[in-house]
Amino acid sequence: MDITELHEIAKQERDRRKPTQIRCCTAAGCLSSGSAAVRDGLEAAVQQTGLEAEVKVCSVGCMRFCGRGPLVEVDPSSTLYEQVTPDDAPSIIAALKGGTATATKGDPNHPFLTRQMPIVLENSGKIDPERIEEYIAAGGYEPLYHVLTEMTPTEVIEEVTKSGLRGRGGGGYPTGLKWATVAKMPPGQKYVICNADEGDPGAFMDRSVLESDPHRVLEGMAIAGYAIGADRGFIYIRAEYPLAIKHLQKAIQQAKKYELLGSQIFGSGFDFKVDIRIGAGAFVCGEETALMHSIQGERGIPRPRPPYPAESGLWGCPTLINNVETYANIAPIIRNGGDWYASIGTEKSKGTKVFALTGKIENTGLIEVPMGTTLRQIVEEMGGGVPNGGKVKGVQTGGPSGGCIPAAFFDTPVDYESLQKLGTMMGSGGMIVMDEETSMVEIAQFYMEFCRDESCGKCIPCRAGTVQLHALLNKIVNRQATQKDLEQLEALCYMVKEMSLCGLGQTAPNPVLSTLKYFKQEYLELLQSPVEDNGKVTVSQSS
Amino acid sequence: MPYPPLQDQQGSTVAGVASPAKSPSAKGQASGDRRFKALDMTMKRHQYQPDALIEILHKAQESFGFLEEDVLIYIARGLKLPLSRVYGVATFYHLFSLKPSGAHTCVVCLGTACHVKGASKLMIALEKELGIDVGETTADGQVSLMAARCLGACGIAPAIVIDGTVSGKETLETALDKVKALQRLNV
Repeated sequence: MDITELHEIAKQERDRRKPTQIRCCTAAGCLSSGSAAVRDGLEAAVQQTGLEAEVKVCSVGCMRFCGRGPLVEVDPSSTLYEQVTPDDAPSIIAALKGGTATATKGDPNHPFLTRQMPIVLENSGKIDPERIEEYIAAGGYEPLYHVLTEMTPTEVIEEVTKSGLRGRGGGGYPTGLKWATVAKMPPGQKYVICNADEGDPGAFMDRSVLESDPHRVLEGMAIAGYAIGADRGFIYIRAEYPLAIKHLQKAIQQAKKYELLGSQIFGSGFDFKVDIRIGAGAFVCGEETALMHSIQGERGIPRPRPPYPAESGLWGCPTLINNVETYANIAPIIRNGGDWYASIGTEKSKGTKVFALTGKIENTGLIEVPMGTTLRQIVEEMGGGVPNGGKVKGVQTGGPSGGCIPAAFFDTPVDYESLQKLGTMMGSGGMIVMDEETSMVEIAQFYMEFCRDESCGKCIPCRAGTVQLHALLNKIVNRQATQKDLEQLEALCYMVKEMSLCGLGQTAPNPVLSTLKYFKQEYLELLQSPVEDNGKVTVSQSS
Repeated sequence: MPYPPLQDQQGSTVAGVASPAKSPSAKGQASGDRRFKALDMTMKRHQYQPDALIEILHKAQESFGFLEEDVLIYIARGLKLPLSRVYGVATFYHLFSLKPSGAHTCVVCLGTACHVKGASKLMIALEKELGIDVGETTADGQVSLMAARCLGACGIAPAIVIDGTVSGKETLETALDKVKALQRLNV
């Protein structure tokens, strides 16, 4: 494979494109709502009307508006149809020739769509994720060519550092710095790992990226491999995402066939091989050291750091671990330059972030917005608020490691620092909206039960602490607790937070602490003798 | 989580002792059973590397439905690993089951988005309908009721999975109908 062949593939792909494209979302969300039957219906209708020469029905990845699936988009008229059924298919085809479609028309100028800034999701919902040719036609693998033939590894790392990209898995560690650390290790076997173990309940960004545009992640990993001097990569993915696994497997096969993965890519001296490792349902495997143990076929149990994976990772070799979304940002950064990426976002958080907007909200789905967008813009403008005129109480971010942000703080711009200041974290990008009916104490209890079940059992503060915290929360929810229990709950939270070995235990108390901070009244109301929260109340203790 | 006890460790033949034979075979197991052949092929494809243990357990569960003791012993011999290590990994991960599951499965997603939209109530109703708790199988061995942490189908919460097919935006009625249909299948 060389650049002329790559351009030839892109040209052929563009030439065989038909004037009208009907894109049908077949990512997991719409698929569960029956989009495969819709696509078949559309194809049958095209054949019946004899429009095969000018109309093509394509299966594409996520079109973002997951709550209104199955979604169908007609290009070039950019008409969006929502909640399409197979019965609507013939009328959608008829509408191309002036008929009326029975399907509900969506609003292409809805703020949910217009406020988005697609970088990671630029191809999502546009190309068929199962065809590498479409990715190439969209400019794919050109950044990799550019990197391998015109840049030194140091220049690649400089570009990534300049972009200000930070780890999208939630921690926010500067990506360029991480790459430079691994690159500095003495030459020898090194590994690149893509963490696709998206365990936070309520988050599905990585699933969507892998289902909708898997080649983007592979290309990002290959560029990372070149930059740090690694020739092998692993993608560790949850077994709960069968469609993402299927698309990835296919993508790797196709990339190998076109020699975009394998030996001497683009005729350079660079070899890169990627393998998939499938998880088996353990949340703790999202922690990097646990993840590496799992790749090695062991129990997914974390170990103390240092040594960090950059120094001693997979089988003791220097290892780079980044999240799916981080790798997905690499190709655009190389294509457009680090300065371009750094011009988006806030002072310390650059670029865009993909969020999964769910819960009690009108418009659920996937959004990609520049860092610094306020929660109000996200929840009220894009999300459309609570259905049926309810009131938003707060937003939960960061999953079981994060916290709840009350509606009073909705003017906060979303970036790593400001969320941390509010006692929560960016996390991988789940945003769950709660309305007035949601009990915050029950949410805290829900997350604590999750952490209790998912604790690996290695260190005692997490193993025993989460059990005790959950028991205390149960007591509160069942109205059997006293003020003393509440005090113990808080003290125990800090103990678990400070003494646990890994991120799971260290962050497990966050949902409790943040709800205690902002919604203490709800806890007090559930005590045996409910009290008002004016800060100075003394409680009569009854047991 | 309580670990189900291994009924019989089969003494010295198993734990810690690797099979001397190059192609592994558990006594009386491999002969004729095609599922063991499939397992052999998977192990061979991974060149009997111990780091492929999780992949091999996935394959074993796929062909046998669950990981019975004989299968674990067979894998331990094949990969030349102590049985304790294989058992340790098989019990660590939630997706591996050491007990047989029902002919049909009903999984209720209890992720946060589904939880906020009432998945717990769904679960209680289904438990009542089937007369079992989550994680159990009905007495006739037909339906297993399970919980999932998050399917990533949050856009269509609350979601349930019946025999591998995800369906979203469930209400009490639609979910109960689906489970009742499963029960009717069994009669």
